[in-house]
Amino acid sequence: MGHHNEVQAKSQAQYEYDRHHNAVHMKKQVVNFAIMIFLTFLAFAVVVADFSPYLIKPFILLLAGIQVVLQLYSFMHMDDKNGHHIGVISTYVWSGAMIIFPVFLAFVTIIWW
Amino acid sequence: MEETKFTPQTWPNHAEQATAEGKNKFVGIWIFICSDIVLFASVFATYLSLRNQGPAGMEFSTQSLFELPLAFVMTMLLLTSSLTSVYAMYHMKNYNAKGVITWMAITVLLGLGFLGLEIYEFRHYVHIGFGYTQSAFSSAFFTLVGTHGLHVIIGLVWITCLIFRNAKRGLSLYNAPKFYAASIYWHFIDVVWVFIFTVVYLMGVLG
Repeated sequence: MGHHNEVQAKSQAQYEYDRHHNAVHMKKQVVNFAIMIFLTFLAFAVVVADFSPYLIKPFILLLAGIQVVLQLYSFMHMDDKNGHHIGVISTYVWSGAMIIFPVFLAFVTIIWW
Repeated sequence: MEETKFTPQTWPNHAEQATAEGKNKFVGIWIFICSDIVLFASVFATYLSLRNQGPAGMEFSTQSLFELPLAFVMTMLLLTSSLTSVYAMYHMKNYNAKGVITWMAITVLLGLGFLGLEIYEFRHYVHIGFGYTQSAFSSAFFTLVGTHGLHVIIGLVWITCLIFRNAKRGLSLYNAPKFYAASIYWHFIDVVWVFIFTVVYLMGVLG
C-alpha cells in the first residue's frame, strides 16, 4: 500500500471533465435501470395477461437474458475497458457459462422423470 | 500504517484498482462469482428436475403456492437496491465518502426489506404444511431460493460491517476496493434473482 504514494493532482479542466463524465455515466446507469424495470414489468405483465405458455416461456427467458447482460455490462462494469484483466474476466465468465449450460441442459432433460 | 490523504482533485479515476491489492480484489471477486454461478446452475437444474414432484396426490404445486404480487415487490426491492449501490460507486468516483456510506446504507435497508418478505413467504409455506422435508419439490425449492437468501444475508452482513468500519475513516485506496467488491457481489445477487423470479415464480404460475 505504502508504495503508491506518488499523488498526482488533476488540472482544474481535467477535474471538471472527469466530474462531468461521472455524472453523464450515472445518468446512463439510471436509464439502464429504467430499462431493467421495464423488462421486469413486461415479464410479469405477459404472465398475468394469460397468453399461451408456449409463447410466454421463451419470451420471459429472453427478457431475463437481456436483463442479466445489461446488469453485467452496466452495473457490474464489464464494459469498462480499463478494468484490471477485464478481457480475462469476460472470457472466464462467458466460457464458464458455455460449459455449465450443457451440464444444466443434461440435468433438466436426462434426469426429468 | 501511513495513508495518503486525498482530495477530490488527487483522487484517481480507478481508485478501486489503483493498488496491487485493489487489482487482486477485482479479479478475485469475479473468480468467486464465476464459481458461484456453477453452484446456482446446479441448484437451478435440481429445482427444474424436481419441481412439482412428490408423494402421489400432493396438494402443493407451483401454481397453487406462488403469489405474483409478492414476487413482484421483492423483485422491485432488490432491483432498486442494485441501483442504490451504483449510486454509492458514483459517489466513490467523486471522492464523496458520506455519499458512499449513505447509499450503501439505503442498499442495506432495501435488502432487509427483501429478506423480510422472503422470511414471511417461507414462514407462510411452512405454516400451510409445505416444509423442507415435505417433498422433493419442497426440498429443491427451499434449497434454490434459500441459497439465494443466504447470499443476501451474507451480503447484508458484509456491507453493514463495511459501513460501520469505514463510517468515520473517509475514502482511501485501502477501503475503496472493499466497497467496490461488495457492490459487485450485490449486483450478482440481483442477477441470480432475475433468473429466480423468471424460472421459479413466473414459469411456476404458468405451470
